[in-house]
Amino acid sequence: MAFDYDKWIRPGKLPHIWCPGCGHGIVMKGLIRAIDTLKLEKENTAIVSGIGCASRLPGYMDCCTLHTAHGRAAAFATGVKMAKPEMNVILVGGDGDGTAIGGNHFIHACRRNIDMTYIIMNNYIYGMTGGQFSPATPTGHKASTTPYGNPDPNFDIAKLAIGAGATFVARGTAFHANQIDKLIAEAIQHKGFSVVEILDDCPTTYGRRNKYKSVIEMMNRLKEVAVPVKAAEKMTAEQLQGKVLTGVLYKEEKPHYTEEYAKVIERAQAAK
Amino acid sequence: MSRYELRFSGAGGQGLITAGIIMAKAASIYEGKQAVQSQSYGPEARGGASKSEVIISDGPIDYPKVTQCDALLAMTQEAANKYSHDLKEGGVLLIDSDLVKNVPPGNFKTVAFPIINTAKNDVGREIVANIVALGAMVALTGQVSRENAEKAVLSSVPEAFLELNKKAFSMGYERAEAAAKA
Amino acid sequence: MSKKVAFLQGNEAAAQGALYAGCNFFGGYPITPSTEVAEVMSIELPKVGGKFIQMEDEIGAMAAILGAALAGSKVMTSTSGPGLSLKQELIGYGCIAEIPCVIYNVMRGGPSTGMPTGPSQSDVMCAKWGTHGDHPAICLTPASVQETYEEVIRAFNLSEKYRTPVMVMPDEIVAHMRERIVFPEPGEIEVTPRKAPTVPPEQYKPYDTSFGDVPPLAAFGSGGYKFHVTGLNKMQDGFPTTKAEIVQAEEERQVRKVDANVDDIVQFEEYLLADAEVAVVAYGSTSRSARYAVNAAREQGIKAGMFRIKTFWPFPDKQIKALAARVKGFVVPEMNLGMCALEIERNAQGKAPILGIFRVDGEPINPDQILEKIKEVK
Repeated sequence: MAFDYDKWIRPGKLPHIWCPGCGHGIVMKGLIRAIDTLKLEKENTAIVSGIGCASRLPGYMDCCTLHTAHGRAAAFATGVKMAKPEMNVILVGGDGDGTAIGGNHFIHACRRNIDMTYIIMNNYIYGMTGGQFSPATPTGHKASTTPYGNPDPNFDIAKLAIGAGATFVARGTAFHANQIDKLIAEAIQHKGFSVVEILDDCPTTYGRRNKYKSVIEMMNRLKEVAVPVKAAEKMTAEQLQGKVLTGVLYKEEKPHYTEEYAKVIERAQAAK
Repeated sequence: MSRYELRFSGAGGQGLITAGIIMAKAASIYEGKQAVQSQSYGPEARGGASKSEVIISDGPIDYPKVTQCDALLAMTQEAANKYSHDLKEGGVLLIDSDLVKNVPPGNFKTVAFPIINTAKNDVGREIVANIVALGAMVALTGQVSRENAEKAVLSSVPEAFLELNKKAFSMGYERAEAAAKA
Repeated sequence: MSKKVAFLQGNEAAAQGALYAGCNFFGGYPITPSTEVAEVMSIELPKVGGKFIQMEDEIGAMAAILGAALAGSKVMTSTSGPGLSLKQELIGYGCIAEIPCVIYNVMRGGPSTGMPTGPSQSDVMCAKWGTHGDHPAICLTPASVQETYEEVIRAFNLSEKYRTPVMVMPDEIVAHMRERIVFPEPGEIEVTPRKAPTVPPEQYKPYDTSFGDVPPLAAFGSGGYKFHVTGLNKMQDGFPTTKAEIVQAEEERQVRKVDANVDDIVQFEEYLLADAEVAVVAYGSTSRSARYAVNAAREQGIKAGMFRIKTFWPFPDKQIKALAARVKGFVVPEMNLGMCALEIERNAQGKAPILGIFRVDGEPINPDQILEKIKEVK
């Protein structure tokens, strides 16, 4: 039987703003399958975003949704989660929003290990503003503000999250649609700050500047570069050249923030 | 007007802000007068110039800063030089005799004794020099009673150091009385 | 039974006032000279089951309180100069998304890092014009420790009543000065609760104007309410729109929440103004010097009085206009280069001259300076 996505879509809020060929819709469907499988309650689930194409996602979802300012999703969400630790808090956004203007909030949410899930749709570009390079744009690639090729080195977002202290880090791609919901579901179930980076495509502002002839070609690239972590173990460094690891990259059990703050409350009240 | 103005001045880390706070607390909480304490300080946590001002009055206090100082404590030479000029005629200047070697001239009464050394050698801990100074200021200014000031001291310091501070306060009070008579 | 008294600093009183008002979430970032508020909140909030969080930066602290407020908390942050500049982005968010919150800002010298430990009153324009776009602004400028306590409570009440950010802006002198404070009994000062929705979740709209200019606000995670909040211009259901007539109406409504209720919000003190020929207009610690100077002037037979601004925004336009029609002149002492003076000029419309005393050197304006200026009014 076909999966009923409509039960999580807010009535009357489609069509979405995403361009034909954009992978954000694939990610949203993966998210819906994940939260439906986990049987999350709408009124007890908050989806929080910043600004950008990917950050429009919450507006289509039928639950508590918060479309904040550029880069600030993690900080707003921290307030929501601290105030209501029992809520499921999911952050969504793009690479520019999350790792440039929101980079500080992102790494500190990782460091606190606050029990939220952050889905970063990495399409290597600022799409909404027309295709400027982001911290994730590969060196040498073209964007509207790198007409001669990008001189900047790029972030490895998953590594950044691990380095900053996130206790669950996974990576998928918009091509591997069936994997997305599994990664997101595992991330949500994980206690602590979980990051799911989804390599995505932006045919409109990135693809056409970087010699991709079609969406299919962009999707095929995602298919080709992705190597599951397990498979990578058997591969040589040479074979892994130009590849990107996918699957659960890092997982660790550690005390999470709201649990730790509950202990602060206990200590304060004991000392009263 | 009953307005009485005190200034505690010296270097950051000498505890002068605390001394000012306790003086004001003694006046406003225990003595039944009104008091305002304010301070100015530099960006440094230690060292740097520091001053704490206390205004005591029988009625409401509007301007919270010193206009013409009635009593000045100077715990460094720099503070003595800087602040003695707006000390009132007939006011009181208390200095640490080891630290302020050049006594500033003026029509005020200067009282000097080795405040820090008293704390270090007679009380036993240099850290309570500010309470020694406070005891002395209480004795010299007469704005709050010795009992009320002592209550304010005891309600402001950690329980483990009650005796130490009590001793520092008494010693400062008595040294100042003796020095003022001399 | 005698009331509880304490000898407190302005900043400590602000924290105590917030607790009285029911603040249960504080997001902070260390900054001189307001850090004591965060310190007290970090001690006291967990004792009452509230939450304190020190965020990674000023913007994060502002974001966290807005998020917590949407999840039903009563929230505050504290900051100073450079922090206020950083928070402006999200103060605007609080205005357009209509989220109750209190921003306590201690005014220190500026611009930029300026004089971190020196007093100033140069943030008052920033309180109204700091964030971009048209928006409501409420800003209170207390002059004593007791008043700081009470004005923080009033700020919480106004923020709930009008569903908008409210600023409390003492200058550094008031924030760090210590005075005796008498605590009110629980219930003695009214605390305004958040206007909760009366409709079931499926009918709820976060900006439903059928309930008036201030629609009820539900909380994420409570009572089954689920709704959308955005910083974009929005419709009554919270979703973005670019429809001209809706955007126009919503913008006007947001500003009208304050503009139509100026008399409810504006508070001031008139001191010896009845027969005054010279009106000193002052706020914050400067008003204390002004009172001293007015008393001194009266002793010398000069008919001086003081209009003390307690609510800086909305500005007491009506009162200043009335004064301008009957005094010979205004004396305006302030620790900036003439910000309040501009507002008085706007209201006086040339009917009375304005003599300013503007200090930006980190030193307070003393009573003598004001007295001299009072004598200059002819």
